[in-house]
Amino acid sequence: MIPLSWYLILSAILFAIGVASFLIKRSIITIFMSIELMLNAVNLTFVAFANHWHQVSGQVFVFFVMVVAAAEAAVGLAIVLAVFRTRETLNVDQVNLLKL
Amino acid sequence: MTATPELSYVRILPEIILSICGIVVMFVEPLLPQRGSHKSLGVFSFVGTLAALIASLYQTNYPGWGWFNMIRVDEFSVFFHVLICAISAVVILASFEYLETQEIRGGEYYALILFGTVGMVLMSSAVELVLIFIALEISSIATYVLAGYRRRAATSAESSIKYFLLGSFATAFFLYGVALMFGATGSTSIYTISSALQSGQVTLGASSVPVSYSLAYVAVALMFVGLGFKVASAPFHIWTPDVYEGAPAPVVALMSTGPKAAAFAVMLRILFGAGIDTSKAWFWLVWISAALSMTLGNLGALLQSNVKRMLAYSSIAHAGYLLVAFAAVIAPNARDTGISAAIFYAAAYAAMNVGAFAVVSHFARHGERYVNFEDYAGLGKRSPILAATLSIFLLSLLGLPATGGFFAKFYVFNAAIKSDLIWLTVIGLINSAIASYYYLRLIVVMYMYEPQPGEEKLQLRAAPGLTAALVITAIITIWLGVRPAGVLDYATRGASRLLPSFQQSSNLSR
Repeated sequence: MIPLSWYLILSAILFAIGVASFLIKRSIITIFMSIELMLNAVNLTFVAFANHWHQVSGQVFVFFVMVVAAAEAAVGLAIVLAVFRTRETLNVDQVNLLKL
Repeated sequence: MTATPELSYVRILPEIILSICGIVVMFVEPLLPQRGSHKSLGVFSFVGTLAALIASLYQTNYPGWGWFNMIRVDEFSVFFHVLICAISAVVILASFEYLETQEIRGGEYYALILFGTVGMVLMSSAVELVLIFIALEISSIATYVLAGYRRRAATSAESSIKYFLLGSFATAFFLYGVALMFGATGSTSIYTISSALQSGQVTLGASSVPVSYSLAYVAVALMFVGLGFKVASAPFHIWTPDVYEGAPAPVVALMSTGPKAAAFAVMLRILFGAGIDTSKAWFWLVWISAALSMTLGNLGALLQSNVKRMLAYSSIAHAGYLLVAFAAVIAPNARDTGISAAIFYAAAYAAMNVGAFAVVSHFARHGERYVNFEDYAGLGKRSPILAATLSIFLLSLLGLPATGGFFAKFYVFNAAIKSDLIWLTVIGLINSAIASYYYLRLIVVMYMYEPQPGEEKLQLRAAPGLTAALVITAIITIWLGVRPAGVLDYATRGASRLLPSFQQSSNLSR
């Protein structure tokens, strides 16, 4: 059987990749994808711990995270559309009207 | 102690009322003539928030747990319910005129405010991390959309996308913290977590396993990152000025007070309901965040030429003052004072900040053109009453006696000195002095500068809804400054409910 720590290390690595690409990537869509990656890393942690404690509540939490992620995606893509309509670009470096 | 089903419904009565009103607004909106005014929906939503406010007061008769111990109604939750419902009601009043001048039609605006309010009030009564997460997201998603409500304006869309991306980023951190806390203690209920952290044992069935404290510490830190973003405390404050500048002014009034108060309520629940034992772990986090927020917020505000941005930086600084009260809770003799100071501060800040943004939304005019300092020149002559009202709010934000802001700061620093946080108090007081520069500068511009030519003809009479909103916020601001005792007493009772609750939890039959 695969030990718990392996799952935790994997999810930590996934989460770190998500954070790194959130900071490095310049396209709004890719940034959005990296947030999804972070959420899925969290889901993996939940499932691993739910298995470890023999508690269903961890797995139920994953469903809630998925539902919320879907709702966020719906709103997020609508906002991305609004930005594209006013700006004709999805590069975050050019979305810079609001600055000191 | 499982509540009977009917009582469970009473314990989420304000949430039920707000959701039903929101859904009704969404359904009725397409039936109304498209070109007409949708003000009737706004009035309906206003009545809905008032009904929710009364329902929260009614809840005081039925304190206790509900919904499988996921909800806890006590003085603490009732205080925040009333506060947040009042914020939404006043914001809806202030929005009537704004939506008209900006030529925004659409009842969804009011529905989104109602849905956002559901999330915020739920955050203050939830004691289960699953429910806290859901409530946090309900309020966040509604405010993401509201921030971009001036759809044709590029700045509004930009503010919305920035809020959305950074908000989801912070939520992911919060969630990771919840996951690790679940891993450390085997539960997502705040009170089960706290008893596990206190006894050092996770009891599941017959066996018991020692708690992994290092995991719990990391979890608390990650949750602090997520919530720190929501309350705009440094170093998680970068988004605040941009989002507040681009979002519609009444929406900023809502999102700079409502979600902030709710997130502080969650912080209080998690840090003090769940983890007195971990206080040594988060004490320095809170200390540094408080000092940084106050300093960066006030220094940033000095440089601004846009009033909305200035108020955004001031909101960062105020989050810092509030966190001072959190840091003060570490000393055992100042626990009650610290928490009640934090609760009182949230209420006083809400009153004065909603008021200030209501005035800003009125002066902004079509397309939010007039939001710079120079646009406020000569307002003392052009519309003396509005200028005087704005001055009250600014002086209260500054913390002058006879306003709510004074007592809020006084109680916070009083608690800090009680727990020997001399350095934090010194930093806070120096910052209050710095803050006087930019608040007074706006007052000076209003009263001592000549108005720019051509602007005198602007019609600046406030609509009835806005007038009502301003009168309410101004009265509350001054009332809190003259007779703070009633509210403070209630806050202290809320604080005392928060603290011993983890002892009760052990007798909690599940």
